Amino acid sequence: MSGSNTGTLEVSVWRGGENGRYETYTVPARDSQTILDIVTYIQRHIDPTLSYRFACRVGMCGSCAMTVNGKPRWTCRSHARVVAENGKLKIAPLRNFKVVKDLAVDMEAFFEKWRRAEGSFQGTQTRHDEFAVVQPNSKQRKHADAGIECINCGVCYAACDVVAWNKDYLGPAALNRAWTLVNDERDNKDMTRLAAVAGDAGCHACHSHQSCVEHCPKFLNPTASIAGLKRAAAAAALKGEI
Amino acid sequence: MSARFETYLWLAQRITAAILAVAVIVHIVTIVMAMEGGLSAREIIGRVQGNMAWLVFYLTFVVSVAIHAPIGLRTILREITSLSLPAINALVILLALFLGIAGFRAIFGLYGFAG
Amino acid sequence: MADVKYSSWPFGAARSHPVYWAFIVHRLSGVLLALFLPVHFWTLSLAIQGEAALDSFLVWSEAPWVKAGEIGLVILLAAHMMGGVRLLAVEFLPWRDWQKTLVALVFGISLAVGLAMLMNML
Repeated sequence: MSGSNTGTLEVSVWRGGENGRYETYTVPARDSQTILDIVTYIQRHIDPTLSYRFACRVGMCGSCAMTVNGKPRWTCRSHARVVAENGKLKIAPLRNFKVVKDLAVDMEAFFEKWRRAEGSFQGTQTRHDEFAVVQPNSKQRKHADAGIECINCGVCYAACDVVAWNKDYLGPAALNRAWTLVNDERDNKDMTRLAAVAGDAGCHACHSHQSCVEHCPKFLNPTASIAGLKRAAAAAALKGEI
Repeated sequence: MSARFETYLWLAQRITAAILAVAVIVHIVTIVMAMEGGLSAREIIGRVQGNMAWLVFYLTFVVSVAIHAPIGLRTILREITSLSLPAINALVILLALFLGIAGFRAIFGLYGFAG
Repeated sequence: MADVKYSSWPFGAARSHPVYWAFIVHRLSGVLLALFLPVHFWTLSLAIQGEAALDSFLVWSEAPWVKAGEIGLVILLAAHMMGGVRLLAVEFLPWRDWQKTLVALVFGISLAVGLAMLMNML
């Protein structure tokens, strides 16, 4: 609850790059106001030099993710009334990403790890072959379906302490994607992929903190996906396949 | 280190974890029961001396611990220190050796107690 | 990496959930046990030097602060084991959504074990 009698909120916002600082703005409190509304208000009415990202503003694209009062979240889906503490808000860019400017971060490392985890599909069929018959109720398909709604917003990556402690750690999103592909019977990169995710900085670095599960705005479960990768990697290692 | 090596380390830690889960239950029950009336060397020696079952149990316990603890510490050292991996590997191997040797000395000392 | 850091470990809004607390207990108990074990094995190997050597150590260990430490150690051991069993369940068994209940069970059992030991000591 904002609990503010004066109808305003005190909002600290990160300004600058890596070595920036917090600046404080006073913003009118309104009903049903989201954090994205507040950031937009600051940029339009107080300081036009504030840089931030958004696109759909309705909780579908994942572009507006930021750190709000210490937690990574989609700002368009965060109501100020729910998130503010005693009428105060602290807005920063996502953790674990390089800061470009103010609230905008560089996503390149995130996507590079996605590629390193072999997060891309590789099929074997051509248009001249029969359609692949995939049973929707098969265990494998259920595992894949549980994880494919990821839209690469980066919230899990920001929430993950192992990403902060191990700069090479592939991270929950990339590993979750790898797991969905391991379970995709049409894909044939299994062993290359398992070898890629089982290294020094792969699935075995996950300690099942479940901060990713706690914060994923799409309610996905990278911890479970990574546990699946651990089992698959162990089986492959024992069979000499990786 | 290679994907396969890291996978084997993970597997070794989980397998020893499962063994230790059982061993720890036995150990805690034994200790809690032994604490009744106070601990004495005579009682400890009396339980283990010449007893093959306890010997095998404690040997399994010590070997599992000597594998499990160093692997766990290795991960923690890699995450919170900036020591090189070879240095960390050396440290945890030293720990593994110490635990194994001291553990064996203790067990065989109690098992073969002559006096 | 960004200059934006979360609060010092183990604090922080993003870390304030039960499964993370279970991790904290598991890691801290593991480190403390790993520091304690070499001492434990060493003192037990005093048995080789004879019953008297072991007994004089055990007499020393009658001191209240040592007894308190022993209860602490048993709780640490029980907590680490239960936390580890929970982890084995997460990694090897089909996912269960009631993770928080599992965490509560883990802590409950660990404390119960510590209490049992305390009862037997008094």
